Amino acid sequence: MSDDIVREFLVESNENLDLLDRELVQLEKDPGNRATLASVFRTIHSIKGTCGFLGFTKLESVAHVGESLLSKLRDGELLLGPEITTALLEMVDAIRQMLRSIEAIGNEGERNDEPLIRSLTSLHLGEKPRAVKPRTTASSPEARGPSGAPQGNTESIGEILVKQGSVTAKEVESAIILQEEGDPRHLGEILVEQGSVKPRQVLEALQSQQSIRGAASESSIRVEVGLLDKLMNLVGELVLARNQVLQFSNATEDERIAAPSQRLNLITTELQEAVMKTRMQPIGNIWSKFPRTVRDVAAACGKQIRIDTEGKETELDKTIIEAIKDPLTHIVRNSADHGIEAPDKRIKAGKPAEGKLSLRAYHEGGQVIIEISDDGAGLDPEKLRRKAVEKGLLTPEHAAKMAEREVANLIFLPGFSTAEKVTNVSGRGVGMDVVKTNIEKIGGTVDVKSVFGAGTAVKMKIPLTLAIVPGLVVVSAGQRFVIPQVSLLELVRIKRDQVRAGIEMVHGAPVYRLRGRLLPLAYLDKELQLSKVFEDADVESNAVNMVVLQAENRQFGLIVDEIKDTEEIVVKPLGRRLKGLKTFAGAAIMGDGKVALILDVLGLAQKSGVVSKQEDRTWAESETESQEKSSNKRTFLLFAGPDDARMALPLDALARLEEFPASQVEKSGAQWVIQYRERILPLIRLKLVLEERRKRRRHGETPEMPSEAQLQVLVCSHEQQTFGVIVEKILDIVEDRAEVKSPATRAGILYAAVIGNRVTELIDLPAILRAAELTSARETEQAEVHS
Amino acid sequence: MAQTQQFCTFYLDKNLFGIELLKVQEVIQPLDLTEVPLARPVVRGLMNLRGQIVMGIDLRRQLEFPERPPGIVPMNVVVHTAQESVSLLVDEIGDVVEVGEETFEPPPETLQGKVRSAILGVHKLDKQLMHVLDTERACAIEDRAADNG
Repeated sequence: MSDDIVREFLVESNENLDLLDRELVQLEKDPGNRATLASVFRTIHSIKGTCGFLGFTKLESVAHVGESLLSKLRDGELLLGPEITTALLEMVDAIRQMLRSIEAIGNEGERNDEPLIRSLTSLHLGEKPRAVKPRTTASSPEARGPSGAPQGNTESIGEILVKQGSVTAKEVESAIILQEEGDPRHLGEILVEQGSVKPRQVLEALQSQQSIRGAASESSIRVEVGLLDKLMNLVGELVLARNQVLQFSNATEDERIAAPSQRLNLITTELQEAVMKTRMQPIGNIWSKFPRTVRDVAAACGKQIRIDTEGKETELDKTIIEAIKDPLTHIVRNSADHGIEAPDKRIKAGKPAEGKLSLRAYHEGGQVIIEISDDGAGLDPEKLRRKAVEKGLLTPEHAAKMAEREVANLIFLPGFSTAEKVTNVSGRGVGMDVVKTNIEKIGGTVDVKSVFGAGTAVKMKIPLTLAIVPGLVVVSAGQRFVIPQVSLLELVRIKRDQVRAGIEMVHGAPVYRLRGRLLPLAYLDKELQLSKVFEDADVESNAVNMVVLQAENRQFGLIVDEIKDTEEIVVKPLGRRLKGLKTFAGAAIMGDGKVALILDVLGLAQKSGVVSKQEDRTWAESETESQEKSSNKRTFLLFAGPDDARMALPLDALARLEEFPASQVEKSGAQWVIQYRERILPLIRLKLVLEERRKRRRHGETPEMPSEAQLQVLVCSHEQQTFGVIVEKILDIVEDRAEVKSPATRAGILYAAVIGNRVTELIDLPAILRAAELTSARETEQAEVHS
Repeated sequence: MAQTQQFCTFYLDKNLFGIELLKVQEVIQPLDLTEVPLARPVVRGLMNLRGQIVMGIDLRRQLEFPERPPGIVPMNVVVHTAQESVSLLVDEIGDVVEVGEETFEPPPETLQGKVRSAILGVHKLDKQLMHVLDTERACAIEDRAADNG
């Protein structure tokens, strides 16, 4: 017996066992499905057949009783119930263990399968489990059951062998007669021993029997993962070499090198894509194991759980598939174990008795999104808060202040478990933090959202592959940096004469208005504290180059000196000693053989403050996440009004944000004005409009001007009138649907809405204009313009 | 005869230093260094050592020696550390010496500052003292260092 055959048997059997897991769970739900039953039977039968043939008797004896039980099911003498399913799944597990042992030490190992065989046999005999006389030999005829040989809707081994021309029909017939007379051996064995066929032929016949199920097997071959890894590394090196060649050929005018290097470029790209593809696996490969996992959990806790999947064909790199396997399993188990409630609890809560667990995978922006959601109990925010305080992870004040969404993410803290009782499935307080670490290790993110009483959803964002990523090369202060293409949205070049008008300041922070949206800006040289090599003199400084980047669903512009080409880079870690530098994600060896640093866009954004680490970030993120609904969203400028009232103005009503020194404010009639862009801008102090309108009107006096040194002014336009509204403080710019509305409680306010999870008043510009009685100011302005 | 040990030696501001030969991966000519912004000044940059990215630490800065005068092109002594290879930038490479335990002394009391904590002791050679460098400490970068910058 050659090792090759054994190895092949192992690989195949393992696949078959996975299939069995799925089919048995499926069958339990639909016990009458004859096609599935037949397929289960075939699978067990072929495992039994092959291992008997290879001399694994212990394995065979277990498979054999299973087969006997299955044949009864198939013949309709027994109906599949949970008890039988459990026994059969135990059998699958036992077989799996034996296969592992065969792989490791060459035999099934020391084991006692008697209890399992007994329970299978008693089920088969239609009895309640009781002690049965231990059976010593593997294949006593009595245990074979009424139908030992394959029958029914599959082609039998005999038929296949005859078709192959290995044996004559007569030889098979005589072998079958022998079997019927009580010969315990398999058809194949008999034939081999009679010298009619070679073992190899029987094996082939067994395989072709299986291939009825898997018709695709002919067009695919098995390849060692190690070989693919090597191929991947080589392609990585090839890409680097290609880059060097390209750089050289770009630098020379020589036609002779230009054409071949161009071809080399194309071929390398294609080769790289193809090699990447060989490593891609559908996520369904992991998911297919979940029905069994969930079934076991459900059976252990007396729950009913249905599992829905969507997008199981979504492909990921093999190393990533491996890396997310355990975290995913953990989350699924968690959902099944303490997400979904027991049936009686569910019915009480007005939900169907059967819980739903759904898995969804899809591509989005060069990443794969995996969502695991359940309609279970959800996370109890109060319990989480309490737990966090109890464990000393948070102070009571901090916990009380936390947004609900942040509270849900507490489950990712180490040592955090809210399970009231520790089950054997989950709840030991290890897990979700490990899930998070493992996902982050491969460059992904994980996030949880939960509605108490309605369910929990875990969302993972996973990169497609790890090895080679496209990156944009930029230069700042003479040094090269790489920006991963994934975070790149667009490139903007602001001409010198537009720089002053284009880049504005909001509360001391530079912003750029990109298609009506204010984009916060960061200067790479400033953030990295690079010293300028040259000042202004160069042609390059005639324009500003901006790279628009995405970090955690927030966008920002990064100003660099120069934008070069995109290059394929192999990401290499910076090493432990430089790990503390959050602004760099790694380093890469460029086409010229030198090292360039890869920017960590999120780290950079946080450092420069364009993405804040504070509370406000979480909701901004959560709102922008549901992009499918973004059409209903509006962008608002958030600011603090009088007495720190949180107020907002739709961004489209806003022309500019300005900061004026109070000393520049002048008086024109009864109106405060300021000279602004060769015009006179009337100023309205929001505080006075909202609060002291009545008083002021009575006295007909000019309102007092604030004494602060700097005034924050929203320059607005309404019906061709431009005016400035003085506010206390500018807070932020957010996108929101502002759905929850309530009527205004005071004049000058349109309505109150929930923006960024907090009640915010929307100011009513026309009302404010009327209140401020700007008519006179308008006349002044016009007079000025006309003169 | 007591056991002997081999050391790769080099000079820093005319002082002789030695690193246990087994810990030295290789000694190489200067390579192009890519600066790492926001990192500590001792980190001179990253180099491409045959596809491997290696950090270069200026040993003069690490041991608080005066800055290397212009004209001296630093050589790289690439050493193995627990996690990765690190290149130490030194002034000049010396010989490989073999010494016995009997010449070893703990760091002299007169030695102060960073040098003292980065050496294991000295070997009294015929002409000069050889400072035995603790590679882990010589390659250490304070954590706070890398943070935020």
